[in-house]
Amino acid sequence: MKNNKIDHIISLSNDLRWQMGDEFHDSLAEGIYADAAEIVKASVHKKDEKGAFRLDAKIDKIITSRVWGFPLMFLILAMVLWLTIVGANYPSAMLSGILLDTIHPALKAMASSIGMPWWLDGFLIDGVYLAVAWVIAVMLPPMAIFFPLFTLLEDFGYLPRVAFNLDHLFKLSGAHGKQALTMSMGFGCNAAGIVATRIIDSPRERLIAIITNNFSLCNGRWPTQILIATIFVGALVPASYSGVLSLAAVIGIAVLGMIFMFLVSWGLSRTVLKGEVSTFNLELPPYRPPRFWKTIYTSIIDRTLIVLWRAIVFAAPAGAVIWLISNIFIGDVSVAAWLIDSLDGFGFLLGLNGVILVAYIVAIPANEIVIPTILMLTVLVTGITAGSGAGVMFELDSVSATGDILRAGGWTLLTAINLMLFSLLHNPCSTTIYTIYKETKSVKWTVVASVLPVIMGFVVTFLVAQVWRLIA
Amino acid sequence: MEVKPKSACETCAQFNADGLKKLGVNTSDFDFVVALAGNPNTGKSTVFNAMTGLRQHTGNWPGKTVTRAEGAFEYNNEKFKLVDLPGTYSLLSTSEDEEVARNFILFGKPSVTVIVADASRLERNLNLVLQILEITNNAVLCLNLMDEAERNNLDIDTRTLARDLGIPVVPTSARYNRGIPELIQTISELANGKIVCKPHRIKNIPKNIEQALEKLSAEIKQVYPDIPNSRWIALRLLEGDRNIIETLKTGEFV
Repeated sequence: MKNNKIDHIISLSNDLRWQMGDEFHDSLAEGIYADAAEIVKASVHKKDEKGAFRLDAKIDKIITSRVWGFPLMFLILAMVLWLTIVGANYPSAMLSGILLDTIHPALKAMASSIGMPWWLDGFLIDGVYLAVAWVIAVMLPPMAIFFPLFTLLEDFGYLPRVAFNLDHLFKLSGAHGKQALTMSMGFGCNAAGIVATRIIDSPRERLIAIITNNFSLCNGRWPTQILIATIFVGALVPASYSGVLSLAAVIGIAVLGMIFMFLVSWGLSRTVLKGEVSTFNLELPPYRPPRFWKTIYTSIIDRTLIVLWRAIVFAAPAGAVIWLISNIFIGDVSVAAWLIDSLDGFGFLLGLNGVILVAYIVAIPANEIVIPTILMLTVLVTGITAGSGAGVMFELDSVSATGDILRAGGWTLLTAINLMLFSLLHNPCSTTIYTIYKETKSVKWTVVASVLPVIMGFVVTFLVAQVWRLIA
Repeated sequence: MEVKPKSACETCAQFNADGLKKLGVNTSDFDFVVALAGNPNTGKSTVFNAMTGLRQHTGNWPGKTVTRAEGAFEYNNEKFKLVDLPGTYSLLSTSEDEEVARNFILFGKPSVTVIVADASRLERNLNLVLQILEITNNAVLCLNLMDEAERNNLDIDTRTLARDLGIPVVPTSARYNRGIPELIQTISELANGKIVCKPHRIKNIPKNIEQALEKLSAEIKQVYPDIPNSRWIALRLLEGDRNIIETLKTGEFV
């Protein structure tokens, strides 16, 4: 009885829909807007015609203009980076003074006074503790500056304007315009950027956004870029220009990452992820003065500390692994030395070396520890006396001392440039890989997203190395 | 039983503010479910945070909230579970975030739906408001971002607005915690049936559509006499919404 009635209702609705024809949806929408207009007319009054709307529109005209949009975007990016690089130096030096120069020797002294065996002392204090201390000293200050600055820009309303500026390029590459937003989040942390892709409705475009998010240089990779650019690229010009040139090199790599993002999106949307670009409305919100202290507080508590904690959790075991492979011997060579030796040939082809490749394997859990691992392994291989012994991570007080060690390890400008390229183009860290799996629920796409960038990294560094060697 | 006449103080939102406990994520054993809907970037998450004491991420871009967030508060010994829905411009299309919001308002049967609207862009926001008012009888309009409307020299007559919409209207500036006590008081009164809404129904519809709607809605009422939103279901049927056809068969919304 009831079922009959429901069937009747459904067939009635089908008939009525047929009778009304196509205008139904439009008439309904028009009706709603007409109601809205009447209601607003009765209750909303504008006191005078000049209002803050005009100011917003004026700012938008400049920020999203064809001429000024892109330069302003790069200028703002450069300013945020510059503040992060310069501002992080002092707290970084202070933290490493405390954690590495004061607490570490104290722990060592304590360990020997209670008669801890050398391998346990090495494993815990030189391995686990030092890795954690390094990550805190190197990562915390730039994050504590970068994240709040980024959040302030976000609160101010700049992000949707970036999306507006980049929309055209994303559309050309067959991707969703909102990918600009997830790309920006990726500049902080790729895992966060990948979670943010949920704002993209179409599964196809969302997959593209997930796979290509890794091309946003993340927080763990900025310090590597900055350090290497300062040592090798900045040194090419007189000291007074070196800061500008290294900043330009870092921004160059970041922009190159964006170019790769467009190219790969384009490639994917032409091949395995074919489909139409979906349209969407992007509302440019009004500019809102950020609530400065509240933003600083929440971005430090909610973002910085969470990301830092994650890095510590992953760095601790990585530190242990580094110490172990340097201190476990097969015959008369350590595992680390053996690995480096066997990867050296392949590394040379890529314009890199065995040390760098081993470091990237060890550092899969956290990109942040790539540089300390490289330094430690370089010292191990070259046998120069610096640092504190086999498998012990360390930070050198001056950038130039770091440069000396790397040059002793056979580094050239080509090695530096290719390291910067490889840092941009390699597999995402393990947290990001796990996040990709959680979001896509697909082993296949997780593997694609993880392996594709490494292959690209191999190809690009190989080509650069061959061309470089031909010319030079 | 003798009913004491209430003093003017006791009916004031500020007086009752000490009856408010922000419960954060503790959403067990609630008395009422409150849905938080609205256009993207109108400050839903900020309103949510102000009421629950939680720190959901907020940001000045549409699409910040991508999943349903839940929190709770207690007011005058009654527990309210608050559900922050993804922002949507409309309930008439079929994208996934709209699905979440639409299904929750229609099938989640919230005791009260708080519609957060941007006061300085009211006309555009009313599109969603009017659609929600077709679905539910118990709603309050949270006219947020009043500070911006003031900066833009807008003067909003909230009484007229409330009369036209047939639901209570509470002006707020959630960023500065302004209007939140009044909003909570209103939610509580709506949940307890002290305020009864007579929501606006869409008027400017061509005659043939209106007649079709009435015809269908009458038929639906015969089968499901208790549902408040037969007209909305009729609308969706005319639109050919498969989801609605399915649930009409199972009777899930009753």
